[in-house]
Amino acid sequence: MRFWRPMAALVWKDLLLELRSRDIVVSALVFGLLVAVVFNFALNVSPGRVAELAPGILWVAFAFAGTLAMSRAFVREREQGGLEGLLLAPVSRDAIFLGKVLVSFIFMLIIEAALLPVFAVLLNFSAFSLTLALTILLATLGFATLGTLFSAIAVQTRSREIMLPALFFPVILPVLIGAVEVSGTVMGGGGLGDGGTARWLPLMAVFDAVFLVICPWIFSIIAEE
Amino acid sequence: MNPSLEPATTKSILAGSRKSWFGFPGWAGGLLLLTALLMLVNLYLIFMVAPTDAVLGQVQRIFYFHVPIAIVSFLAFFVVFVAGIGYLITRRRRWDSVAHAAAEVGVVFITLALLTGVIWARPVWGVWWTWEPRLTTTLILWLIYVAYLMLRAYVPDRNRAAVYAAAVGIIGFVDVPIVYYSVQWWRSIHPSAVVGPLANAGALEPIMQAVLFFSCGVFLLLFLYLLLERTALRNGEDRLSSLRFAQRRGVTDPD
Repeated sequence: MRFWRPMAALVWKDLLLELRSRDIVVSALVFGLLVAVVFNFALNVSPGRVAELAPGILWVAFAFAGTLAMSRAFVREREQGGLEGLLLAPVSRDAIFLGKVLVSFIFMLIIEAALLPVFAVLLNFSAFSLTLALTILLATLGFATLGTLFSAIAVQTRSREIMLPALFFPVILPVLIGAVEVSGTVMGGGGLGDGGTARWLPLMAVFDAVFLVICPWIFSIIAEE
Repeated sequence: MNPSLEPATTKSILAGSRKSWFGFPGWAGGLLLLTALLMLVNLYLIFMVAPTDAVLGQVQRIFYFHVPIAIVSFLAFFVVFVAGIGYLITRRRRWDSVAHAAAEVGVVFITLALLTGVIWARPVWGVWWTWEPRLTTTLILWLIYVAYLMLRAYVPDRNRAAVYAAAVGIIGFVDVPIVYYSVQWWRSIHPSAVVGPLANAGALEPIMQAVLFFSCGVFLLLFLYLLLERTALRNGEDRLSSLRFAQRRGVTDPD
């Protein structure tokens, strides 16, 4: 009760804010579409090379749109002094952190669910795959966990626009590689158990588990400062 | 007017800080002298004693620099990890100074490891760079710890910077094995273009092994010296800035 109620309230607050302003999801969507268009011209994606190029383009778009969304989430708290209020409230730090992770997770899933059909049309691949859905869930959970911690750190620095990607991308790389590999298998016509999926999906799950344990602990320490 | 500390005082604080580390003066000079002497011996061993590689020729000698430097840089990041945990538990500035110093020295060493690796790869593998697991992991490590130093520079508050840096130091180190395995699997799907004499690094000659071992020891000493010197300097900087702060307050405070 003392854990779930504040967490749910926090998630609801952010969803309500987003429902009224719509700035995070809309700006990330526009950005994701731009990535698709730019890559199409930069790489000249012909129908024969879709299975080779599309997974990379898809995940670059997801990762960049995701960092955009996550950095906005904490900037908003800081501009309004909301973070101090949150930390002063008699609420467990884990509830605050996991609430923020859940919000980022939901936002990113919305963005990805909207971008995926568009990418499928533009790049000519089939988006209806349970394996792909599972990959997106696992990768997005990792993105949201690590990204929330790093954006909580980056928001306190002088150049936060640079700091979040600089911290985030090297550390998240294993998840990104796994997501691209599994998506490549799926787009090449494979399913669960084909190619490297038996390796990559557990790797992403392990990554998520490790950082879901470490990140709340670190957040509770850095939140004291 | 804002009177600052005398330059002479500043200098003596920064210089004197090294004495406070072991409790007796001159340790830094002694360690430096020892490291310098052993480094000369090391150079002699590498260029005069170690036999020329039958297949690779003279270029193989860069191996005696490359391997120890790479090992030492990994050790440095382990120190960052341990000192970060130490700082989070004890909240003592000393731990943070050690972590910061180890990160700086580690970035210098890992940069050198990458550069010597590139120089070595060109004649041996025929390419400057290949996305081989160890190389790629090293590059990712470089990126993580450059971001670590950027973070330290961009957080204005000293205590905050220390805590954030410790967090990144811990996460970065935990991430390394995951990065390594993921790159290795990725590599096994996209076969490596490397076909060279060193594709399988066979057993080394005993004398080569001995030289390599000695070189590792010397670079370890060099790392230790740089780490202690930088840590002492960092402590001195802390002392100086707290003195400056106290002085400024004394001047501007009416009571």
